[in-house]
Amino acid sequence: MSDSRHVVLVGLGTCGISVGAEQVFLSLEKEVARLNLGDSIQIKRAGCQGFCQQEPIVVVEPEGLFYTKVSPDDATEVIQSILDKGRPLERLFYRDPANDSPIPFYRDIPFYKKQEHNILKNCGKIDPENIEDYLAVGGYKALQRALFEMTPDEVIFEIKRSGIRGLGGAGFPTGIKWEACRNASGDERYVICNADEGDPGAFQDRSVLEGNPHSVLEGMIIAAYAIDASRCIIYVRAEYPLAVKRLKIAIEQARHSGFIGRNIFGSDFSVDMEIFQGAGAFVCGESTALVRSIEGKRGRPKPLPRARTSEIGLWNKPTLLNNVKTFANIPLIIFHGAGWFASKGTDQSKGTAVFSLTGKVVNCGLIEVPMGITLRKIIYDIGGGVPRDKAFKAVQTGGPSGGCLPESMLDMTVDFDSLKKAGSIMGSGGMVVMDEDTCMVDVARYFLDFNQRESCGQCIPCRLGTRQMFQILDDITKGKGRVGDIEFLLELSGAIRKSSICGLGKTVPNPVLTTIRYFRDEYEAHISEKRCPAGVCKL
Amino acid sequence: MQTVSIKMDGQDFAVPKGTTILEAALANRIYIPHLCYHPDLKPAGSCRVCLVEIENGQLVTSCRTPVNDGMVIKTKSPDLDKVRRPIVEMIIASHHMDCKNCAKKGKCELQRIRAFMKIDKKNVERLRQPRYELPLDESNPFFVRDHNKCVLCGICVRTCQEVTGLSAVDFAGRGNDTKIATFGDKPIADSRCISCGECVIRCPVGALVFRNVRRPASEIKTICPYCGVGCGILLGIRDDEIVSIKENREDPVNEGLLCMKGRFGLSFVHSPNRLKSPMIKKGGSFVEVAWTEALKLAAGRLKQFREGEFALIASTKCTNEDNYVAQKFARLVMGSNNIDTPARLSDAPSIYSFLEVTGGNRAEFGPILPHATEAASKNENGFSEIYNASCILIVGADPANSHPVMGFKLKKAWQRGARLLVVSPKEIDLCRHADIWLQPYPGTEPALLTGLAGVIVGEGLLDNFFISRRCDNFDEFKESLEDFILGRVERITGVPKDLIAEAARIYAACKPAVTVWSEELTRYAHGRDSVLAILNLSMITGNIEEGSGRLIPLFTENNTLGAFYMGCLPDLYPGYQPVISTEVRRRLEYLWGDTLAAEPGLPLMDILEATYNERIKILYIVGSDLVNISQPKKIKSALSKAEFVVFQDIFFNEAAKFADVILPAASFAEKDGTFTNSEGRIRLVGKALEPAANSMADWQILCDLAKMLGKKGFDFNCSGDIFSEILSVLSKKSSEISTLQARFRLMPLQYNPPAERSDVDFPLILVRGKDVYSNGILSQNVEGFTLLRKKDFICMNPKDALDYEIKEGEKVRVISRWGEMKGTAKLTSSTPPGVLSTAAAFNQLINPDVDPVSKSLETQMCAVRVEPL
Repeated sequence: MSDSRHVVLVGLGTCGISVGAEQVFLSLEKEVARLNLGDSIQIKRAGCQGFCQQEPIVVVEPEGLFYTKVSPDDATEVIQSILDKGRPLERLFYRDPANDSPIPFYRDIPFYKKQEHNILKNCGKIDPENIEDYLAVGGYKALQRALFEMTPDEVIFEIKRSGIRGLGGAGFPTGIKWEACRNASGDERYVICNADEGDPGAFQDRSVLEGNPHSVLEGMIIAAYAIDASRCIIYVRAEYPLAVKRLKIAIEQARHSGFIGRNIFGSDFSVDMEIFQGAGAFVCGESTALVRSIEGKRGRPKPLPRARTSEIGLWNKPTLLNNVKTFANIPLIIFHGAGWFASKGTDQSKGTAVFSLTGKVVNCGLIEVPMGITLRKIIYDIGGGVPRDKAFKAVQTGGPSGGCLPESMLDMTVDFDSLKKAGSIMGSGGMVVMDEDTCMVDVARYFLDFNQRESCGQCIPCRLGTRQMFQILDDITKGKGRVGDIEFLLELSGAIRKSSICGLGKTVPNPVLTTIRYFRDEYEAHISEKRCPAGVCKL
Repeated sequence: MQTVSIKMDGQDFAVPKGTTILEAALANRIYIPHLCYHPDLKPAGSCRVCLVEIENGQLVTSCRTPVNDGMVIKTKSPDLDKVRRPIVEMIIASHHMDCKNCAKKGKCELQRIRAFMKIDKKNVERLRQPRYELPLDESNPFFVRDHNKCVLCGICVRTCQEVTGLSAVDFAGRGNDTKIATFGDKPIADSRCISCGECVIRCPVGALVFRNVRRPASEIKTICPYCGVGCGILLGIRDDEIVSIKENREDPVNEGLLCMKGRFGLSFVHSPNRLKSPMIKKGGSFVEVAWTEALKLAAGRLKQFREGEFALIASTKCTNEDNYVAQKFARLVMGSNNIDTPARLSDAPSIYSFLEVTGGNRAEFGPILPHATEAASKNENGFSEIYNASCILIVGADPANSHPVMGFKLKKAWQRGARLLVVSPKEIDLCRHADIWLQPYPGTEPALLTGLAGVIVGEGLLDNFFISRRCDNFDEFKESLEDFILGRVERITGVPKDLIAEAARIYAACKPAVTVWSEELTRYAHGRDSVLAILNLSMITGNIEEGSGRLIPLFTENNTLGAFYMGCLPDLYPGYQPVISTEVRRRLEYLWGDTLAAEPGLPLMDILEATYNERIKILYIVGSDLVNISQPKKIKSALSKAEFVVFQDIFFNEAAKFADVILPAASFAEKDGTFTNSEGRIRLVGKALEPAANSMADWQILCDLAKMLGKKGFDFNCSGDIFSEILSVLSKKSSEISTLQARFRLMPLQYNPPAERSDVDFPLILVRGKDVYSNGILSQNVEGFTLLRKKDFICMNPKDALDYEIKEGEKVRVISRWGEMKGTAKLTSSTPPGVLSTAAAFNQLINPDVDPVSKSLETQMCAVRVEPL
C-alpha cells in the first residue's frame, strides 16, 4: 500500500463520454473495489481536461501522470501501475507528434504548457458533481468576500477595474453593464447566464458547465448581489443534457449548503437560481431573443431603437445577461483582485480567452490563452501546427459569424479589437484551422448554409439575404457561378450588414466577406475557370 | 400640441413631437417605402424597407424612430439605395410575379414600392429564384391565404394580437422556412380564427385576399343588423347587389372594427330563400297574391276582432320606426296592449331591473335612454367607457362569441391595463386574460354577485358619499346581506370564499368599474335578481351614473333596446311611459287622436298561453322566429289554436306554417330608419337597395293595413316622418329629465336557486353556449357560416365523459325532463364537471312552464342526463 492517497481522474465531459470514458471510469472503480483499495485510491469523475483529441484521458494525481486514449481494459494495468510505485504505464503516455517521444506528465505537454488556465484551471481536476471538491479549491470564498467585505458598489468597481469584457463575443465591458443594470429603475432585477452556445465547433461553455458548474453559479450569485437581483436564470441549450444535469446537481448542492436561497451565509442577501432550457434556436443566444424565449415568446431579437436588456429586459425588468465564461471569471477577479486579472492580456482586452481549437490542427481541444497571444502561437505552439505536412491556409474564428484569416494574418494578436479590424470576430470562441485542401468558397457556403437555416426569419435582409447568398455560393461550388456574382455578393453583404436587426444579421456576411477579401482568386477560379483550386468542389 | 422642426430631403417641416419619421413623412406627402408598418399597429421594424439616413450617415428604421428637434433626414441617398434596393429586389424575387392576375392589383404595397424604386424584371434576374411553391389555404369560405405572396411583414400576426386579441396566427419555422401559420399549421378554418377578416383588410400584398368581392359603384353608410353592438358599415353596391362590405372607420362605436358577421354575413339579403311575394293560405298551402289582396284579407279578419283578442309580436331586428308603428298599430288600431317581443325571454329583465332601481318611470340613466339624435350621441360615454375602466366585471356573457367586436374592445381595454374579473360557469375566451375567474355553479350568479356586495359592505369599501347623496334603502339592503355571508355563498356557488373576497376588493378599489353582461345572465327564472345584484354592486361603489356607460348589458339583437324603448312592451308606452298612468295615457290619446286601452297587455308567454286558451284570436308576428324561442311543441300548439295569424318577415320560418297571410318584409339594407344599440346610441340605417322582389318595409306594411282599416295617424311618407313623431311622443319626458337627478334604490335580494335542478335521474346541467358564427335565421342563410359553424357539439368535461362512457366525437343523446336532443360529444376541460354546454338550440329540452313567481322561463339551462347513442 502506498503512503499517500492517489486520485485517479477520469475526464467525463461530453467529449470523453462520447469515446467511452464512462466505461473506463466504471472499470477503474470496479478494479479498485475488487482489490479493496478504496482507502488509498480514489477514482474521481472530472470534467473535460481540454485535450479532447486524446480522450478518454485518465490523470493520476498527485504525480500528474497523463494517460491518453485509455480503454476499459486498461483499468487493471492503471491501478497496478499505481501500486507498483514509480512504474507508470508508458504505453498510454502522450507522444510528442514531432519526435514520438513519450511525455508522462501533462505539465510537460506542449498543448498545456503554452496555455494559461484561469477558468479552466479546475475543470478536469475537480468532481463537478461534488460541491466539496469545489470548496476544497477555494470555491465560494469569493462570494463570501463579496458579501461580507464589499458593498455592491465595490464589487462593481472591482469588476470595472479588472477591465473584463463580455466573453460571449461582443466584448462589452462587463462592469459598465453591471453598473447600468444596477442603476436602472425597477422593483426587481434578474441575472441570466447565457449558455445557449450554438456555434458549430464551439464547446467551451459546455466544457465549463460540465467541468466546473459551481464557478458559474458563484459568479452569478456575486453578480446578483452586486446589482441587487433576486432571481438568477441559466439559459442553457437542451442539447447539453450533461451540462443541464450537472447544473441541476450543482444548484441543489449549493442550495443545500446555503449559497443559494434565503440569507446566504447568514447575510441579508437572498437569491434564487433556476435553469431554463432553450429549444435549440441559434438566434436565442442574442440577448433580446433569449429574453423573449424565457418569456415564452418566439425567440426573435428586438429591433433598434430599443432599451438595453440591462435596463428593460426579462418581463420588462432590468436584466443582467452575461456569458458562461464571463461569470466563471468573476469569482477569480473577486478572489484574486482586479489587478491580478488586469495584469493579463492587452490594454483593451484583459484576461484570457477560451477557444475551441479544431480543424486541421494536430492538437484539437479546449484551450485558454491570455488575450493578445498571436494566432501563430495558438496554432503552432499549442495546436502543434497543421498535420501531415500540409500547408496552412486559413483560420476561422468566431463561428458562423466570424471570418477566415489567411497566413498573412497569423502574427496578428488575438483580442476583441484586432479580430474585428481583420474582418472577423472573437465570437464565442470557435477556432477552426484549415489547410491547403480546404476550399474557401465551400467554407463560406457551409457557414452561410448554417446562417440561412438559423436566421430567425424576422427581418427581410437576413432572412432572404442569407438564403440568396447561400444559393449563389452553392451555385458557385457547383460550377454554376455567374460573372458578377462576386460583386453581387459584396453588394448583398453590405446591405445585410447595414440593415439587419440584430448581431446575427449584421455579422452573417463575415465568412463571405473575409473569404472574398483574402481568397478572391479561389472564387474567380470557380466562376470563370470552373475549377476548384483545392479540389473539393465537383464542378 | 408640441411640435419639433425637422429637415427632410432638404425641406423644413414642423411635425408633432413624438411622431415617428415615417409618420411625419407620410403626413407631409413624402413617400418612404414600407411593408410592415400599419397605422393601427405598433411598429415592428422588421421589413427594413423604410430605412432612412439621419446624421452621420446612420441608417434607422423610420417606422420606429421618433423625430427629434433639428433632425436632418434623407429619405433618398445613394447609400440608402445601395441598402434598400437589394432588399426590395430579394422580396420581389421570392414573390409571385403574376401581378396581373392578383386580387391586390393596384392596392398592393409591394407593387407601389417596385414602381417607386423603378425595379424591373431585369434587375431581379441576377438573383437566384426560390424553387418551391406552397399550396393555397382555401379552407375559409371568405378569404384565401397564399403563402407564395406573403412577405412575412407580420401585419396579420400583429393584427390578430393587438386588434382582436385572438392570436390565431403567428410565425412558424425559421430562416427562409418561416411562414405564417396557425397552431399546428392546420388550415385556417380549423384554427381558433373567427374569420373576422381584420388581417385581410390590412395585408399589404396579395397573401390574404377576400373571395367574391367586386368594386362597388357606390357605398352606403349603415349599421350591421346582427348584434347589439351595432357596428358602422359601408355597403358597397353595384348592379343592385351588395358586392363589398367595409368597416366604417369614422364610426365611434366599432372604431373601424368588424366581426365575421358584419363583414361576411350580409349575403342573406340576396338569399333565394327570401320571401318574395305576399301569400295567402289556400287549402293548406300558400299561394302568391298581390299586396292588395293579402292586405284586404288581413284587414277583413282584423276588423272582426278587437282589444284583448289581438296580440302583436314585434321584432328586435326591425328599426325603431318599424317598432314604433307596430306598437301604435296594436294600441291604436286594435286597441290592445298585447304587444311584446321574443326578447321578453332574453333581455327584458335587464330593462325592468333598471326601471325598478330608478323608481318606475324615472329610467333616465345608463344605456336604456337612447340619445335623441346621432349627432348628440357622439360625445356621450358609451362603450368607450371600457377604455377608461380600471376594472371590468364580465358576468353571464361571452362577448368574444356573442358580440365579437365587444370582445375585441374588452381585450384592448385589458391590454391597456384594466383589471378583468370574469364570472362564468364555463371557460370563455376572456378567462385567458382574467385577473380572477370566478366559476360558479350555473344559475347561482345572483348569490355570487350579492356575495361580492357583502364583502364590499362588510369591509367598508363603499362609496359612502355617493350612497348618502344618491341612494335610498341602504339600511334595508345592508340587512339583507346577512343572508349572504361568504361561507353560505361559497356553499351555494362553489366558488372559494377567498377568491370572492379578492374579486370584491379589486372591484371596489379599481374605479371606474364597468360591468358587462348579456342574456346568458337573464335567461333564468331569477334573471331579474342577477341584474339587480349588478345594479346594487354598482350603486354601493358609485359606479352608476347617468350616461356613464359603466353598465353595459350586451343586448342580443341589433335593436332589442330600440324595440323596448319604442314601447313594444305590454305595460310601457314609448319612452318606458307606464300604461297604467292615466296622465300618460291621456297625453298619448291626445297625440294619437283616439282612445287607448287602460289595462296593460299580456307579456309574451301569457299571450301564447291566452292564444292556446283561445282568448287571443289573432296573432300578428313581425320578424320573429317565434317557434324557437322556447319549447317548440307548446308554442306550435298555441299557434295552431289561433283563428288568424299574420306573419311578416324576410324569411319563412316554422311559425309561418301557421300563418293565414304571409307578408314579405324588406331587409335592413332596403330601408331607412334607425337602430338603437346596447349603449343607447341611435344609429342611422341607410337604404342601399330597393326592397327585394315584392317586399316592403315593415312600417309601410303596417301603415297600409292601418289605413285600410280606416285609421288615421299612419300617413307617414318616410321613416323620418315617423322619427319626428317619436320625438314628439318622447319630448315631454326629455324636458323632465334635465331638472331631475335620478335617485337609485338599493334592492334587497333573497337567494332564489335556479328553477331547474339536477337530481339522480338528471344529474347534469346543460347550459346554452354561443357559437361565434351564431345560428339565427340570418346567419343560417349565409353559406360560409354554415360551413364554419361548430355544428351540434355537446361539450362535456372529460371526467364526466369517463363516468358516462362517452368518447370524443361520439354521437350522444341528451335527455331532460321535457325532451331530448342528439349531438356529437366534444370533450373539453373548459366545461366544468357536472355541466354540459352546447351552442345548438335545445328549446325542446326546457321546462315549458312559466315560473309562477317571476313569470319567466328558464331558457339558459336545464337538468339532463347523457347517454351514447
